[in-house]
This record gives sequence, C-alpha cells and structure tokens, in this order.
Amino acid sequence: MVQWTDFERATIQDIFSKMDYETVGPAALSRCLVVYPWTQRYFGNFGNLYNAAAIMGNPLVAKHGKTILYSLERGVKNMDNLKDTYAELSVLHSEKLRVDPDNFKLLSDCLTIVVAAQMGKTFTGEVQAALQKFLAVVVSALGRQYH
Amino acid sequence: MLSKKEKELIADIWESLTPVAEDIGADALLRMFASYPGTKTYFSHLDISPRSAHLLSHGKKIVLAIAEGAQDIGQLTVTLAPLQTLHAYQLRIDPTNFKLFSHCMLVALACHMGEDFTPVAHAAMDKYLSAFAAVLSEKYR
Repeated sequence: MVQWTDFERATIQDIFSKMDYETVGPAALSRCLVVYPWTQRYFGNFGNLYNAAAIMGNPLVAKHGKTILYSLERGVKNMDNLKDTYAELSVLHSEKLRVDPDNFKLLSDCLTIVVAAQMGKTFTGEVQAALQKFLAVVVSALGRQYH
Repeated sequence: MLSKKEKELIADIWESLTPVAEDIGADALLRMFASYPGTKTYFSHLDISPRSAHLLSHGKKIVLAIAEGAQDIGQLTVTLAPLQTLHAYQLRIDPTNFKLFSHCMLVALACHMGEDFTPVAHAAMDKYLSAFAAVLSEKYR
C-alpha cells in the first residue's frame, strides 16, 4: 500500500480543495490534445480538433475534461485505496475504450503544468513532487486491470 | 518537427529568460531533485541545497546553453558539439534523465510564465527540449 507523509496528504487536499474543476479539467485535457496530438486518436467523435484554437474551444473536450477531474476528486477522497477506487475505470479504459496506458502519464503531466501555471511560486518542488506522486499512483491504478 | 513560427516563439521565450537564467535553471534542478531523487547521484561533488552558489551557477550554465541553441535551432548539432562530447565521454548522464529535467524545466516555465505558457508554447517548448536532449546524446554510442 502507498505510504503518504502528512505533508503529501495535506498538499493534495489543499491543491484540490482550491482548484476550480470547471476550468482546470478542460485546460488539462485540451492541453494534452495540443501538446501530444496523437492522443486525439481516442476522440474521433468529438468534432473539430484541427488546431489548438479549435481544441481549446471544443465543448465536448471541455465536458470530458471536467468528467476526468471530478473522477480525480474521488481519488483525492480515497488516497488510501486508490487501487479499488479506480478498478472499474481501469477495466473501462482497457476493455471498452482501449486506451494505451502510456497516455495516462501524458495527461497527468499536462495537469501538473496547468496547476503549476495557476499556483506560480507556491507550486514548489516539494508540492510538485507530492502532486506527481499522487497522479502516478492514480495512473498505476488505472493501468492495473489491463491484461 | 518545429515549424518556423514555433522556432521564433522558442527563440523569443528563451531570449526573454536570459536575464533570469540563474533562477529558472536552479528552480528546474531543484524540482528534479525533489521529484526524482535518483538524479541527485550525479551531483555528489556539488552543494545542491536551495540557493547554493553551485546550484545557481549550474542552473545558469544549463539555461544559457538551452537559450543559445534556441537562437538557431537548425544548427543545434553544430552549437552543441562541445557539449555532446562532454556528456558522452565525461559526464555520461543516462539520457532518461534528460526527459526528467526537461519535464521539470517545463514546470519551472509554467510557474514563471503563468498564463503566458499557453498550450502552443508548451508544445513548441517540449519539442525543442526533446530535440536538444536527442542532440546532446548523439555521441553516446
């Protein structure tokens, strides 16, 4: 089981409690589709993704970004049982959506950058490490049911 | 592949960062040491505590090299030739670490530039740093 320090727990709760899910979710997902364009392969039915402006303004992307972030919130509330929290979503991503698990890391890197841009100087190296650890465990939980 | 627009964007960003090269470089290094402790093993001969003289001077060196490369991206192999040799035969830093450092550099840029670190700038910068790292490791084998 993952061991969390008091600092890590407090930092994750703090970041997510102050976060505006309605903007951060869309920002993270759209950034991922812009920075790593091959991730668009999973969004063929989302309509216009032809350029950065189209992606950033796409309502389906925005909606999905929010869905993802609200799902992350579940993890924030269950830090001691991320494996079980994401078991069902892991099966979904593997069997139905068929998403290459490497993509989870790409999205989590983009989320880190969005949070960094918002928090500025308060996003210290230690805060970054805590967020990255949390996201890495979520990513690992999401990849567990692949076979 | 970097478009002409992206090369100009990258050159502009790095030129604007040259005055704060020390801070950005040291920030990126510290982030890397915090998130990826294995990277500290390459610095046992230096004092890498926050704000230490070694950390600042090393951060500055790295950022200035990246900034220099950005002024003429088409000539990266020429510009980086001496650093290629240094990394291949003396430093021998495992190239996976370049990815870790690049990521931390992107985070440092995001913290510094805030909203100005747009997805388009982020994409261009990520591509540039990947190209830089690839050229740096060309002489390894």
